[in-house]
Amino acid sequence: MKVLTLIEAVTDALRTEMMSDRSVIVFGEDVGVEGGVFRATAGLQKEFGEGRCFDTPISEAGIVGAAVGMAIVGLRPVVEIQFSGFVFPAFNQIASHVSRIRNRTRGALSAPMVIRMPYGGGIRAPEHHSESVEALFGHIPGLKVVIPSTPHDAKGLLIAAIRDPDPVIYLEPARAYRAVRQEVPEEGYAVEIGAARVEAEGDDLTIISYGAQMMEARQARQALAAEGHSVELIDLRTIYPFDSNAVVESVRKTGRLLVVHEGPQSFGVAAELMATVMEHAFDRLEAPPARLAGPDVIYPMPRGEKHYLISAEQVMAEARKVMSYEP
Amino acid sequence: MFESYDPREGRILTFLDDAGKLAPFPPGMPRLTDEQALAAYKTMVLSRQVDEWAVSLNRQGRMPTYALNKGQEANSVGALMAMRPDDWFVPAFRELGGMLVRGVSLKQYFLYWFGNEWANHMPAAQFHMMPISVPVGSQMLHAVGLAWAERYQGTDRIAITFMGEGASSEGEFHEACNLAGVWKTGVIIYAQNNHWSISLPWSKQSASATLAEKAFAYGFPGIRIDGNDIFAVYAAVRLAADRARAGEGPTLIEGLTYRLGAHTTSDDPTKYRTDEEVKQWEKRDPLLRLERYLLRTKALSEDETRHIREQSLACAQTAFEEAEQAPDTVVEDIFHYLYLQTPQIMEAQLERRKA
Repeated sequence: MKVLTLIEAVTDALRTEMMSDRSVIVFGEDVGVEGGVFRATAGLQKEFGEGRCFDTPISEAGIVGAAVGMAIVGLRPVVEIQFSGFVFPAFNQIASHVSRIRNRTRGALSAPMVIRMPYGGGIRAPEHHSESVEALFGHIPGLKVVIPSTPHDAKGLLIAAIRDPDPVIYLEPARAYRAVRQEVPEEGYAVEIGAARVEAEGDDLTIISYGAQMMEARQARQALAAEGHSVELIDLRTIYPFDSNAVVESVRKTGRLLVVHEGPQSFGVAAELMATVMEHAFDRLEAPPARLAGPDVIYPMPRGEKHYLISAEQVMAEARKVMSYEP
Repeated sequence: MFESYDPREGRILTFLDDAGKLAPFPPGMPRLTDEQALAAYKTMVLSRQVDEWAVSLNRQGRMPTYALNKGQEANSVGALMAMRPDDWFVPAFRELGGMLVRGVSLKQYFLYWFGNEWANHMPAAQFHMMPISVPVGSQMLHAVGLAWAERYQGTDRIAITFMGEGASSEGEFHEACNLAGVWKTGVIIYAQNNHWSISLPWSKQSASATLAEKAFAYGFPGIRIDGNDIFAVYAAVRLAADRARAGEGPTLIEGLTYRLGAHTTSDDPTKYRTDEEVKQWEKRDPLLRLERYLLRTKALSEDETRHIREQSLACAQTAFEEAEQAPDTVVEDIFHYLYLQTPQIMEAQLERRKA
């Protein structure tokens, strides 16, 4: 096994699937010659040719709209949106067509594709480069939305997304691109979409997170363990359809829940998880479910990021509050 | 051939005059045979009768909102006759004629306007057709992708997509034209310029003198044609299809036409356009022009026209009754076709709906 960073695992997944399936094509802005602004597609054009990995004009709606036609003919487009903050011109295609073709035709046509994009803050980027958009896509019926936090899952989830019969929004935590390294199998393997991963077991509290925020959640769990707390840490991995069984099962065991995510709090992923827990684990709760989420503000430019992002210390403080709660 | 019909020089491709007289065809110009013209006429009559019947049903409260094709039939009928049956057809929503050329059943068509997604259950292998696209201007990109993928797969299939002139103001029109030009895909973008996008006239839609000339900025030809002349439509699309199949890239066709009816059954066009204007265009009705030609050439008699009309109306009535009697949408239908495999979360929601 090779040790890869998260972004290297993305490239590895693309290469694996392009090798085994000629219908897989990769395109987007600067993905060909340059190999992507983050280098997620590095070397693919050289290896597979301009016919299968190519640069497009700056045309997000065009990229996704053309991919709809390509998918219907039987290709598997894997398109890159350069930053999640630039996906909005493509929103009409995603919400009006990508997600709806199968239902609109009662299954006669479908548009399986992967729409990849780096998302999230903490990379000191200009305006419009740091948005967390998972809740927006999770709210559109007909889409699947996944977010890896480790190189192993990055490869396995991307392979699963490419092989999936339905369109998948694949969000890549830009802050974790090179911050996380892990041994990754060289062969192709799929990580099931819709399955959360219990990263570490525990009895006192369930912390659920995903994406780059998993890094702070891990730190917090370790520090809390040193204090004698047993925290179960779950990487949600799939935003939709999310693994409600894993969530409920864990909270039924620990009786306490803290959800941590970067995206804005109101109508965010945490709200859905907390509601699920209230519906299915209410009788086991020992404290009100809690969340630490981004505030309902526009993601600040770099000088203001420190006021937005959630630190390991904040996760620890909130976790202590939930664990010490008494009615 | 397109060079001789530069829209920037005010040229409009047309052969059939209002009295049904056909001008001579230049050498190499594709010409609809009289036999094809008769077939086109029958399809156009059927489309017209479906419209008339749908409007009367709507007034009786038996049909929800319906968008009419009346006055524009020659555009999609002529265009689809010039395409191969396995070329991709990406409609907007005023292309009933083209759908009939493709063999879409009227029952299925009525089912759509009746409000049932099963109407769009048209397997690609059989129809090579996309469903009606409601978000204005968003469908042309699909045609670009379809044509791109066919070339990638090594076939010589091309794609034709339709739009109204108002869709040219959407950003996705620009993106579709730009990508089609850059990728040189085998796609024909057919704009039905019926002069009104609901209530907005072309003069307020664009400062461009013609829609067709926009093509030149994208690096491919644009042509303006008389969209109420089935011979001109057939010729232009045939030439564009030959170009596309030969790998020479896209063509933008602006078919000048007129919506003789309302935008939909919910619209009142007297609020924004004059009776005189409508009367002028009634003289240019594509169906009457073709009928006059067929009568003039004796391919058709007055008796036969009456017979075709009656038969078409009966067809429309029967098909509508079939659609009305078709099984209604069941609750599983609205849950089970979003994903190949319905997620457990949705199955639980379905169970609650059924309880």
